[in-house]
Amino acid sequence: MTTQQDTAPSAPEGRSRALWLDVLARTCRSRRGLVGLALVIPIVLIAVLGPFLAPKSPTAFVGLPYAGPSSEAWLGTDGIGRDVLSRVLWGGREILALAVLATVIGIVVGTALGTTAGYVKGALDEAIMRTLDVALAFPQIILALLLVSIIGPQLWLVCLAVAAIHAPQVARVARAATLRTVEQDHVKYAEAFGIPRRRVILGEVVPNIISPVMVEAGLRLTYSIAIIASLSFLGFGLQPPSADWGLMVNENRIGIQQNPWPVVTPIVLIAILTVGVNMFSDAVARSALGIEAPIAPPSMSGSDDALGGADHVATEVPAS
Amino acid sequence: MPASHSEQRSDRRARWADSIVLRTIVRRLLLGLLTLFLVSVVVFAATQLLPGDAARAVLGRDATPDRLAAFRREFHLNESWLQQYWSWLSNLLTGNPGTSIANGLPVWSGVEPRIVNSLYLLIVVALVGIPLSIALGVWAALRRDRLFDHATSTITLAAAALPEFVVAIALIILFATIVLQVLPPVSLVAPGTSVWSHPTVLVLPVATLTIAVVPYIYRMCRGAMIEVLESEYIEMARLKGTPRGVLLLRHALPNALAPTVQAIALTFAYLAGGVVVVEYIFGYPGIGQGLVNAVSARDLPTIQLIVLILAAFYVLVNIIADVVVILVTPKLRTSS
Amino acid sequence: MTPEPVLSVERLVIEVARTGARVVDDVSLTVGPGEVLGLAGESGCGKTTLSLALLGYTRRGLAASSGRVRVGDRSLLEMGEEALEHERGSLVTYVPQDPASALNPALRVGTQLEEVITFHRRNEDRAGRRGLVTKVLEDVGLPTTRSLLESYPHQLSGGQQQRIAIAMAIVNRPRLIVMDEPTTGLDVTTQARVLQTIRDVCREHGGGVVYVTHDLAVVSSLAIRVAVMYAGRLAEVGPADQVLQRPAHPYVHGLLQAVPDIEGRRELTGIPGQAPDPGRRLEQCLFAPRCPLAVEECRQAIPPPVAVGEGHRAWCIRVAEQAGAPVAAGPGVAPREVAANGSGALLAIDDLDAGYGSRPVLHGISLSIPTGASLALVGESGSGKTTLARCIAGLHTGYTGTISLAGAQLARAARARPAAAREAIQYVFQNPYSSLNPRRSIEESIAQPLHYTEEHPDRAEIDRRVSRALDSVSLSAAVRRRYPHELSGGQRQRVAIARALIVEPRLLVCDEVTSALDVSVQAVVIELLDELRRRRGLSMLFVTHNLALVHSVADEIAVIEGGRILERGPVERVLARPTSEATRALVANVPRLAPVASGAG
Repeated sequence: MTTQQDTAPSAPEGRSRALWLDVLARTCRSRRGLVGLALVIPIVLIAVLGPFLAPKSPTAFVGLPYAGPSSEAWLGTDGIGRDVLSRVLWGGREILALAVLATVIGIVVGTALGTTAGYVKGALDEAIMRTLDVALAFPQIILALLLVSIIGPQLWLVCLAVAAIHAPQVARVARAATLRTVEQDHVKYAEAFGIPRRRVILGEVVPNIISPVMVEAGLRLTYSIAIIASLSFLGFGLQPPSADWGLMVNENRIGIQQNPWPVVTPIVLIAILTVGVNMFSDAVARSALGIEAPIAPPSMSGSDDALGGADHVATEVPAS
Repeated sequence: MPASHSEQRSDRRARWADSIVLRTIVRRLLLGLLTLFLVSVVVFAATQLLPGDAARAVLGRDATPDRLAAFRREFHLNESWLQQYWSWLSNLLTGNPGTSIANGLPVWSGVEPRIVNSLYLLIVVALVGIPLSIALGVWAALRRDRLFDHATSTITLAAAALPEFVVAIALIILFATIVLQVLPPVSLVAPGTSVWSHPTVLVLPVATLTIAVVPYIYRMCRGAMIEVLESEYIEMARLKGTPRGVLLLRHALPNALAPTVQAIALTFAYLAGGVVVVEYIFGYPGIGQGLVNAVSARDLPTIQLIVLILAAFYVLVNIIADVVVILVTPKLRTSS
Repeated sequence: MTPEPVLSVERLVIEVARTGARVVDDVSLTVGPGEVLGLAGESGCGKTTLSLALLGYTRRGLAASSGRVRVGDRSLLEMGEEALEHERGSLVTYVPQDPASALNPALRVGTQLEEVITFHRRNEDRAGRRGLVTKVLEDVGLPTTRSLLESYPHQLSGGQQQRIAIAMAIVNRPRLIVMDEPTTGLDVTTQARVLQTIRDVCREHGGGVVYVTHDLAVVSSLAIRVAVMYAGRLAEVGPADQVLQRPAHPYVHGLLQAVPDIEGRRELTGIPGQAPDPGRRLEQCLFAPRCPLAVEECRQAIPPPVAVGEGHRAWCIRVAEQAGAPVAAGPGVAPREVAANGSGALLAIDDLDAGYGSRPVLHGISLSIPTGASLALVGESGSGKTTLARCIAGLHTGYTGTISLAGAQLARAARARPAAAREAIQYVFQNPYSSLNPRRSIEESIAQPLHYTEEHPDRAEIDRRVSRALDSVSLSAAVRRRYPHELSGGQRQRVAIARALIVEPRLLVCDEVTSALDVSVQAVVIELLDELRRRRGLSMLFVTHNLALVHSVADEIAVIEGGRILERGPVERVLARPTSEATRALVANVPRLAPVASGAG
């Protein structure tokens, strides 16, 4: 057997070990991903840098209530006479920070629970999943409402409540992915060789479930932003006189005929942010799907065409 | 000799008696009851955590000790919480969910008409949203990767992202206040009356909820249809020369139903939460508005009852969905 | 006056629509009335795509860009969808490879069968349809009861599902039947009967059959003519006995050398390298990089067809050197001396009973493997052979009885065994696609066990040993940094073997390691295993269902059925003079690359 004939078919260069980097890179090159980023980045900048750019204090009195746009207040004033523009520039920080934090906590906790349940199986798995089923049996925003109504609208509580909404769903996804991965022979090999359990989970299981978890993370982030904005809207998030986009929408509904800007501006900003995040996470999902390597052997003669042949890298598949 | 028709029919009936469907319904019901029980415990325990004194909160700072004591007695606030839970649960099961702290009236009289109104809302949303989503989903799957598919997918992607209150306010701005003024922005219907006396108040809430619901069902339906259309058995049907209409209706759709039904169930269960925001914005006299009011007023009995009802609705929808999936999937319905 | 061919394919080209890469490249074929054409080739050669095109069908993303497909007097590629719907199922029909996925799970079997009749025979009334259904069910050997027709596909066995699929294909008496490996999963008697029925049907109505397969031995017993494809193009076409006995094309010759021979008369030889992907097929002979007879001109143009005999062509310019050379019935497989070192058994299994939960799988197994010997464990699926292999490797713990390594009893779970024992027994899995971590590079995967051995070698040493391991499986150093998805199935399997070898085991347990591989690749891996065994004195337990492989890889054979060892002994003796009925049947049923009986058409 001559070795020169056994070189592998050449494949795209630069495949890195970190799948999530690959997926992100690919997403940022795709059209949907770029549109998503184009929508999200400006809003994030407004939310983060806004307070430094606000011309007035968000709680200062600058004019008559519901006055229209003027040189003093570019977007007019709100129901108490405060500068709408400044309030808008101050109003995004909390939503964003809470949403990101709640998502991260939800993902970490959910993945830990789901992976453990899927790997250890047996009684622990049952226990975890039944508990999560009860949590999932609750209409989720109700849960947040309930907690907040009881303990009061504390920000840390809102964050934890939203994280608690995400964790069961993420756990489900992580568990399903773990169960699939654990069936793979390379995991069985590692276990048979006596590799410590912790190493097996970290080395064999986790890298192979990152993809579905990433996709879920994108969805969860969108949902986080929506829930937190909704909670603030209902009055269960930030309290007056703080500037918050959700709160502003509710506070100024009454005066919408006189000055629509305190309602329209936050609505538009929230809309762009959520749509952008959702587009981006959809693009992530598509990239992740495209990068996944085939893990099943092709049937002997059934799939020998270009689409399903034994040795073709998934990215060469022409159909989506 | 093949059995006669009547023999076959009674034979089939007998098979149903101990069929999987029946067993599944029973099992799911039991599980659902267990879940509801746990939910009731959680709800009750949660409300017990309320800091502060409910009596003082309701009666005000300058309530006399006598009145406070009377209040506490009336609402059993002095007993251990286990006792309180037991009395609450037994009352509930015998049809007496208690008296509202906020207005002294029986909880049920306040909640009942609201349930009806919310149900109307959901039914109309279902009648409009489900056929629309399925039609869009199937069509997009058939016209995959072409203009219709791309356009619909993008639009629904955007719609799915928007929080309900954003959609609601946008619709209000467009149709009720600023751009056009053809629809009422708020439901001026006295609580306790049926919404059918003023049907126009349904339009915007239904529209908002439909926009919330359609993207998910559409996406699942499209995904399921695409997977079915790519399957080997559909390819085989094509190779048999199956005409297109028969292929779609008899071969493809039945297999796409199960995931679609599950998506529908999930979405409607999710609506149990979404309805809260929508009713609040439009002042729609339904159970969601009832909950928000009760939470603001710290009206414990009402909160407990409404949350329990919403959870029950959730559980019921999931059970129905599971049963429908089994009915629609021969593999699950028969033994092999 | 030559009769009108049933099928005529003229210079067919099918491309990937987006890239223009050719999956089927300039193929021309004919099938005469009453004739069976075997269409053979390995994965990636385009035979499935071609077979679907015979019904005027291309899969998503593919398109027929030039050429014609004519069945009877209809030219299929020029017809619109509606017209094609008319012809498919009546003029030309298809029998799928996997009936379980090809039958609609939501429809009753009777419905699916009857509708083929309703679509194409409008004037049949109810009674007529019933009659046709009953007749065709009898033809394929299925009961004609109502309960069968009312069943859903999942309620039938694999064999029954396949027979329904075949019934659907023959009920309308088509002119051409295209079959894609249709008889896998059927027992031999049914297989024979079904094939006979098909031949009868074709003979009565002057129809033809195209039989797509990767198994040349099966083709030899069925087909009158054979066409072999390679990388989208035809390599050789001609009468089956000629092509299979005296192939003209070097690829076909190499392929036949790679088919395992149960008689043990022929040494198994693989073809190194692999076929080029559709995107990389150049205007030259595609087999040249792997061809022992290749010369410079082979790389300059696509070889034209060369006539080798009556109705026999090969696409190769070196035919003259090749033609006529029979497939080596050479000195045969060198008989192996069982390593006679009286050091006793390396592995001893004593009275093992194993099961999964309450389901027993193995009964009273007692077996031993001497040091340096290679034992083939052969049985059908469900016989328990994989379970036994897993017990030995410590992957399955549900058993009673003892397993001892060099005299010392082993704990049931691999985890519980001492490191030395774990290293001594290494297991190679069947599925090359799941035995390597997709997120690890090849060198990381191979080096993985070294991090957990007692010696803790340093970086440099690990490096050296990885190089040596790659060398011993004949993989170039270039694959070190690659990831599994960039490698072919055969290469992955060699990586798995390298990973097993790096800890210098004493016993290598190979569980159906070549079942997922093409014939020529399988032969390469078998050759590798054999060489390892001879050079290193490695003991091996080779689990397989393919009896024909054992000559090439084992000295002794144990036959297992229903969880019991039926017999055991040297390969020569057991295969030539089996003592148990079951073994005899197994041996008799293995398809052989025998000369085709000319009356079989």
